[in-house]
Amino acid sequence: MKRVALIVVLLIGLLLAWAARDFPSWGDPHAPASSSPVSSHFISSTGVDTEVPNMVTAVLADYRGFDTMFETVVVFIAGLAVVSILRGGPRRRTRDREFVVDFEPDLIVTNTVRLIVPVIQIFAFYVLAHGHVSPGGGFQGGVAMGASFILIALSWDLKTALARFPLNRCFTVAALGIVIYAGIGLLSMFLGGEFLDYAHLARVFPVSPEMARYHAMLGVEIGVGFTVTAIMFALYASLSTDGRMRDGL
Amino acid sequence: MSDPIVWIILFPLFGAVLCALAGPWSKTICYPVSVLSMVASVWASAKTLLQAIEASTHEVSYILGGWSLDLFPRGVGIEFRADILGGLITLVVTGVGLIVTLYSRLPVQRETPGKESMYYGLFLLQIAGLAGIALTGDAFNLYVLIEVAALTGYGLIALGSNRAAAATFNYVILGTIGASFYLLGVGYLYLKTGTLNMVGIREVIEANQMYDSPAMQVAFVLILLGILIKMAFFPFHAWLPNAYCHAPTSTSCLLAPLVTKVMIYVMIRMILTVFGVEFTFESTLWTEVMPWLVVVAIVCAAVMALAQREIKRMLAYLIVAEVGYMVGGVWIYNYYGLIGSIFHVISDACMTLCLFLGAGIILEKCKTTHFDGLRGLFARMPLTMIGFFIGGFSIIGLPPTCGFFSKWYLITGGMVSERWEYMVTLMFSTMVMVILFFRLIERMHLAVSESGQNLGKGHGDLGLTERQTRFDEAPLSMLIPLLLAASVVLIVGVYNQDIVDQIEIFLQPFDLPTGVHYE
Amino acid sequence: MFEEGSIISQLLVERLNYFIYVVLLLIGLWAMIAKNNLIKKLIGMSIFQTAIILFYVSIGVKEGATIPIYLPEHDPHGSHASAEHNDTTASGPQVLEASKVSGYTNPLPHVLMLTAIVVGVATLGLALSICLRIYRGYGTVEEDDLLLKLEQEDSQNSGGFKKRRPRRRPSSAKAASGATRAASSEKSKSEKTGQGNRRSRSKSPAKKSQSSPASEGKKPARRRPRSKKPKEGDS
Repeated sequence: MKRVALIVVLLIGLLLAWAARDFPSWGDPHAPASSSPVSSHFISSTGVDTEVPNMVTAVLADYRGFDTMFETVVVFIAGLAVVSILRGGPRRRTRDREFVVDFEPDLIVTNTVRLIVPVIQIFAFYVLAHGHVSPGGGFQGGVAMGASFILIALSWDLKTALARFPLNRCFTVAALGIVIYAGIGLLSMFLGGEFLDYAHLARVFPVSPEMARYHAMLGVEIGVGFTVTAIMFALYASLSTDGRMRDGL
Repeated sequence: MSDPIVWIILFPLFGAVLCALAGPWSKTICYPVSVLSMVASVWASAKTLLQAIEASTHEVSYILGGWSLDLFPRGVGIEFRADILGGLITLVVTGVGLIVTLYSRLPVQRETPGKESMYYGLFLLQIAGLAGIALTGDAFNLYVLIEVAALTGYGLIALGSNRAAAATFNYVILGTIGASFYLLGVGYLYLKTGTLNMVGIREVIEANQMYDSPAMQVAFVLILLGILIKMAFFPFHAWLPNAYCHAPTSTSCLLAPLVTKVMIYVMIRMILTVFGVEFTFESTLWTEVMPWLVVVAIVCAAVMALAQREIKRMLAYLIVAEVGYMVGGVWIYNYYGLIGSIFHVISDACMTLCLFLGAGIILEKCKTTHFDGLRGLFARMPLTMIGFFIGGFSIIGLPPTCGFFSKWYLITGGMVSERWEYMVTLMFSTMVMVILFFRLIERMHLAVSESGQNLGKGHGDLGLTERQTRFDEAPLSMLIPLLLAASVVLIVGVYNQDIVDQIEIFLQPFDLPTGVHYE
Repeated sequence: MFEEGSIISQLLVERLNYFIYVVLLLIGLWAMIAKNNLIKKLIGMSIFQTAIILFYVSIGVKEGATIPIYLPEHDPHGSHASAEHNDTTASGPQVLEASKVSGYTNPLPHVLMLTAIVVGVATLGLALSICLRIYRGYGTVEEDDLLLKLEQEDSQNSGGFKKRRPRRRPSSAKAASGATRAASSEKSKSEKTGQGNRRSRSKSPAKKSQSSPASEGKKPARRRPRSKKPKEGDS
């Protein structure tokens, strides 16, 4: 089996290497991808269309916002699927000895974490909100925020973290994130534009169409952040305890 | 509303979110919410199809985010294009989704208690993903939607039982390989053309005459390979029988008719819209090789279906054979073959739905789908058996079911393009399917078990008690969707000419050869 | 061999990035197909997806260009714009001309790969939860062990079905084959019980094997109605 796999893999490698003859050189500024009208438009006109300095965030949340909405949906699906796969069902008879770790929360660790976690969460908000101007955005901020809860779970125990963020609330917050994202898109549609056409929000908010896009991008990034935070923590809680939500790492 | 095209996806999306939000508090709310959102989605897709048929260019184009083509280059925003083909497939997806949602009340309660809200959330998102695949006009958006459909599929299958989880792992590995090859192919396309919009890619290919470029040919191979893995074309079909056999009932009823057919739609879309007919059929040597691969696929799948002793596994291998039909219909490079392939996508979705709904009812009432458990079913559940065997006769290809007409076009395509191997294989597999389904009918009337033991006391005696042969029909919530599906099979068959007319309007701009002796 | 334009030079010097990602991709693909341990397959999946991400990111590179965030002089809010740039242009955001455009990297591949990374993480999480479920149900994450156990279970299910049919007239051949089947299933079931498998059926065949030679005619379904239904629902 391993030899067959090796042969197949080498054949695919030869195929890919054969195609590489035709590629533009690395870093060629006249490559089709770099000189196409689409990417030129993104680079030249992001400031005019959206007044957002970070082109990547603008393309992610505005020009290709529908992709990002479905990416958020993918995260939500992962959370739903993991929790539903691991929930319930008869357990193995070994009395779950693998999952019980007997320890007392360590004094140094808990006090350090007690000081650090608020800083992490504020930093996560910063990354989310400042994604318009520096690298960042909803996904990155959401992961940092979720990591702060995982840190609480690691340094105390999962029960402490679940007391602050129970699993039902995780799913409510995650669903709320998608509602915020799709809701902003729907609002734009009801105001006369296409789905996710934020410029039409300028009819209800006292800003110019470009600033309406700016602020709506922040809104959808907040929605994304909610979903990613909640699902990151739900994934950790489910996977580390085999779905039982007790004991765990 | 003026733009139903985006509501086709939004209704299931909001339904899923509502199920997830309300689920922890009220178990019984998920089913009505799902049914309502599916009804709304079917209505929206019917409206979109009508819009596409009546439009002057026979397509509905909607750019999400409002980046209209007058002001911005093509590809700046994500485009949803519903031409007639996409509209038909979306209607099929949402229609099948509605029927399975109606059917799913009892099986979900029975097989996955306590997980209903998450099950319906995944269910509705699966339908949203599949409908989106049929509508999108952007190659990368297609990848994201393929992954939405794939991930929800993995979740829906694996939350059943441990055996289902073991079957899903193989599906996860192969499905990820397939989707990643597709992504790699799109990356090559982007590298060479600079845009992700499907029509935009073809414009760049034609403007720069890139037909001989090795990168484009490898991009085509990679995309095709990825899609073939995801549609379970032999020999990449290894994940399908286990995954669909051990999945919960309503999961297999949803996934089996839809997932592989939507992937065939993706292949047709890539060939016709992105790469163009000239590139695909004349610049590559796939046209020579593929029909022979198809022959091997159909023969192996049909023979393996013969070897099965259990209904659901037999139906899973039948799906692999039907995928072979459709792939062959496309690659014989013929007008009638492509009509047959597209019409077969629609009709195969309906008839596979019929069969799996029937198999689910048999599992529910008889607690098993093994051939030995089928004795006396015609007396116990006559309506279910009528529905099930309408699906079966459609697979065989008896008029007036839709399977007859799609096979007609496929065989015509094979004949006029002088691909005798494809035509002979179609005939051979039709004979095999006759054996399969009439063997089922025989099993229901004979008193001999699969191992050969005689169980009855002579002619007419099935060896069953009085209690086992009295009328004990399926519950209405499962029976009515099955009869609905059976009537759809018949209606699509009777009105096939209207559907084929629309397909011909869609195929008009593409210059496909119509064969040797016809007009 | 290393002169300009030869195949080695093309692969390794001009297009180094593509060669590297092809190697990574092949390593990941081989691990997914050939490795025996399910977790190693998932690590291979992760490497495979990472290679594709690297490929996309390398598409967007432009020689001498900076990251796709506006420099202060092009900043649309104009707050950092210095005074001497403002004489010919208005203070609001401007469309950049082509020479300035080539100073920024293409933002589109980065955007696409943000999406692809998230999708990869989601797939990995889901696959790990499936591995946990498999471990819970079968006690192993090695593929060959798992396949053995699955085969045993499948043969029991289809063999077990036959045992549950009501036997009116147990012929001798059936009793003999039934006894051997019961013996082999008892053996495999005791293996499974020894490995700590908690499947609810594992209790009943112990009872069943004691009484099965004697009670061929009895309908086993009546004895364990509870455990039958979930199993049938499962299989």
